[in-house]
This record gives sequence, C-alpha cells and structure tokens, in this order.
Amino acid sequence: MSQMLKTLFEDGTILTGLWETTYMTALSTAIAYAIGLPLGIILCATDKNGLKPVPWLNKTLGFIVNVLRSFPFIILMVAFLPAARVIVGTGLGNKAMIVMLVIAAAPYVARMVESSLKETDRGVIEAARAMGASDFEIIRKVYLPESKPSLITGAVISAVTVLGYSAMAATIGGGGLGAIAVTYGYQRGNRDVIWIAVAIIVIVVQAIQELGMLVSRKTDKRIN
Amino acid sequence: MIELIDVNKTYRTARGDVAALTGVNLTVEDGEIFGIIGLSGAGKSTLVRCINMLERPTSGKVLIDGEDVTKASPKRLREIRRNAGMIFQGFNLLEQRTVEENVRFPLELAKVKRADAEKRVKELLSLVGLEDKNKAYPSQLSGGQKQRVAIARALATNPKYLLCDEATSALDRATTESILSLIKDVNAKFGVTVIMITHEMKVIERICDKVAVICDGKIAEVGKVADVFSDPKSDTAKELVLPDLVKSMNAGDGYKFRLIFDGKGSAMPIISDLAIKKGVAVNIVFADTKDINGKIFGHLVFTLSGGREEFEKTRDFLVGNNVKFVAEKGEKRL
Repeated sequence: MSQMLKTLFEDGTILTGLWETTYMTALSTAIAYAIGLPLGIILCATDKNGLKPVPWLNKTLGFIVNVLRSFPFIILMVAFLPAARVIVGTGLGNKAMIVMLVIAAAPYVARMVESSLKETDRGVIEAARAMGASDFEIIRKVYLPESKPSLITGAVISAVTVLGYSAMAATIGGGGLGAIAVTYGYQRGNRDVIWIAVAIIVIVVQAIQELGMLVSRKTDKRIN
Repeated sequence: MIELIDVNKTYRTARGDVAALTGVNLTVEDGEIFGIIGLSGAGKSTLVRCINMLERPTSGKVLIDGEDVTKASPKRLREIRRNAGMIFQGFNLLEQRTVEENVRFPLELAKVKRADAEKRVKELLSLVGLEDKNKAYPSQLSGGQKQRVAIARALATNPKYLLCDEATSALDRATTESILSLIKDVNAKFGVTVIMITHEMKVIERICDKVAVICDGKIAEVGKVADVFSDPKSDTAKELVLPDLVKSMNAGDGYKFRLIFDGKGSAMPIISDLAIKKGVAVNIVFADTKDINGKIFGHLVFTLSGGREEFEKTRDFLVGNNVKFVAEKGEKRL
C-alpha cells in the first residue's frame, strides 16, 4: 500500500469521496426523474398508439431527447457550462456537476420510463377505458402501477449510469471517487489509489443493483 | 335497448382503406342474450367495440336506450361505459392488483365511497364464487377464475349491459360451461342484457336467445337461435352451423332432400316410415340433430337411388307429414 493511499484513508478523503459520489448520484437521479418521468409519460401518451396521439408534440420531444442523448458526456459538460452558471451560479464543482448529470440523465430517464410504460398490456388499458376511466386515470391507475417493477428496474439502470458519469466530475473541478482516482491516483502515479477507488465504485454499483432488483422483484405480483 | 343503425367502420392502413363493418343494422332488446357469431376477421370484435365507442364508427348511429353514443361528450361517454360492463378473451385483469382490488377498480373510477365499495366487492365475489380468493393476485388464478373476477369487475357498477368479447375462447370445455352458466345466471337474476361475441356455435346454442351471423363485416342473418340453427339461410350461417352439411350438399347428382327439424314437428320416425309405408329406399349422407331447450333441431340429408317417381312419392309423403324440407336434383345447394 502506498503512503498516499494510507493518507487518503486516514484523513477521510476516501470517505468524503464516497459521500460525494453517493449524493451526486442520488440527487441527480432524483432530479432527473422529476423531469424525466413526466416527459416519459408524455412521450408514451402522445405516441401514435398512445392514449392521446399528438404527433407534433411527440416528434418534437423525441427529437430533443435524442439530441441530448447523442452528446458524449464529456462534451456535454463543456457545452452546458453556461447553463450551469445560470442555474446554480457556477460552472465548476459538485453543484455544476449535478446540473450536467441531470441534463444527461433526464432524457435517458424519459426513454426508460417511456419504454417501461409501453410494456403495459394493451388489453388492460382497453378494459380500463371500457370501465369509463379517463386518460389521466389510466396513467395514474393503470400505466404507472402496472409497470412499477419495470420502472424500478429502469431507475436502477439510470442510477448506475449516473454514477458512472459522476466519475468524470474531476473534469470540471468536482469531487467524488472518480476525482480521487484521477487526482491522487493517475496524476501522482499511485496505481493502488486508482484500483481502490474503482473497487469502491464497483461495490456501490453492486449495492444499488442488488437492492433495486430485490425491490423490483418484491413489488412484482406477476410471478409469485 | 341497443340499436346499431347503418354502422360502417373503415380502417385506414398503409395499403389503403379496409372496411371492417359495412351497413350494419342490429337491434338488441332489453333482457336478451344476443349472440354475434362469425369467423375470425369477420368484424365481430370491431362491432362490439362500436357499442361502447372503444372503436368509433366511421358513419352510422349507435343508440343505447335511444341516446346516440357516437355524439356523447367524453364525460357522458364515461358514464355510458359504466353502464356497459365488458369482458374479454384475455381477461385483462390488472396484474399488480389483488382480486378484490381489481373488482374495486371500476368503483374507484365511479368515485364510490370506500365502505360502500368494500361491501359491493364482497357481494360480487360471492356471486362469482371467489370469496376466498379476495387477496390473491391474478397470476395465482386459473383461466376460469380470472374470467370470474373479470365478470365481477364488469358487474361492479351495476351495468344494464354486459359485452362479452370471445369471453370463453381461451377456456377449456368444462370451464366454458361454468362461465356460460354464470353469465346466464347474471342475465336471469339481474336482467342484464348480454351481447356475446364468439366464433363457437356451442356458446350460442348454450345460452343465446338471438343470434346475428356476421361475415366480411356484414350481417348475413339475424334471428332466434332455434330458427337460424335449424334453417340457416346464408352460406356463412350454414358453414358455421353445420360445416359438414355444406360438403354433403355438394355431393352426388341424384335427387337430394334436406329435412329440417326446427323443434316444431313431431319426433316421428320419418325415414323408417318412408321406407316401410312407401317402399322408398333412402341413402343418408348427413345427419346432425341437437337438443336445444328440450326440442329437436337439426338436419338430415339423404339421396334417392330411384328416379322421378320415387322423388314425387317422397315429396308427397313429407308434405303429408308436415316435415319441413328442401329438395333438389344435381349439385345445387339445398
């Protein structure tokens, strides 16, 4: 073990990094869902086979989502610096990083939600309509609850993706485990710091994945 | 009463317009069990969906108790739909809700108070015989049980009409029978008017009062089940009622007779009488009779080996005994 790694553990840098990674991921994913979930619902509902087909709206939203998703994250971080300045007052640090993560993740989440909702059995939707449900009631009482397990799975995948992106925070002066690996490991030539940082990230990913899948399975009433 | 007046439905597809329904006129009286039978792709499912506007007719009127539902506002349409429960071939239960939550679903939509809804759910589950399955999820039920839940759910808001779209097509014979008797019970007990879409003759024959035969989006024939079954007029009806009859009608070139048992004539032994009293030897090529509500219905087709004289003897004998029949020579259909 290098002296550097020992110091990083002892002065709490690693622990702070873990905390920063966790909160950036959690907060960004949460905000991304606040934006992406309604967006996904609109994408699903306005589709040509959806509840209320609105082709122009569907195409416009779909286009914006596709454009945002086409940005390589590293370029998105640079391109949207001015946006971060407007929103959080700075183009640097963890705050700015959260803005970047949300911009990257929200369209991703929207597509995830859209695809989960579209898995809903069309027959069940027809049955709800035949029972006199309004479009809004069908979304709230059929689409969302019926695709809950799939939505949770989607959230897990989204969170893991956001976590991966968050490792690039160092680029704009943010923190987290990725920044530790780059600053203390790569730039100062301590290979073991890189590996330890990666190992912790792997553990966090595993934890999110396992926990999320467990919740998804528990909520799904189709299997048992 | 449900009336369809000159209903047309055309689907626009990439390959041009496809007519699903053409000039459909139908009247379903209150309290009836009305069957609509046709081969797959005939337009039956579209037809039933035009009643509750799951499909909008391209033209024509759909009157439910005199109100044209094609002109109803979205809000009014939701009320109308609550008055017409619907069940499906695929059951279409909410998979993430328990049995009782499924049955409660339409009551939630109708904003029924929670306590009243709970009470109604109990009643309905006991009606369909699933009180003990109230906490089960659909995935834990058999097909027949799922359809029972679907029926309970369809009846939750006390509808006047029950629309059944191939409700028994995914079920085995015994389960079909139990579901049909449940539907018949519901009709008898609560006076719910039932419209049954099916491709199975046995379903119609088991519970329907009237039947409409649909073919290529057009109504080929409508009438009392007994009449249509004993003497189908349209080719589609003949093919559906007695597929083998159609084949037998095309066989041979001698004199052919088709006797029609419509439940009115006597059950006298016509054929043996014909042989004994008139000395006419007949060659039976087809026979199918069934018991519908305790009366004999069906067909018997025979050919004669003799010529004109035997034909006349046979014809006079049948007329004299009030037997309904059709006679023909050669390959023409009877």
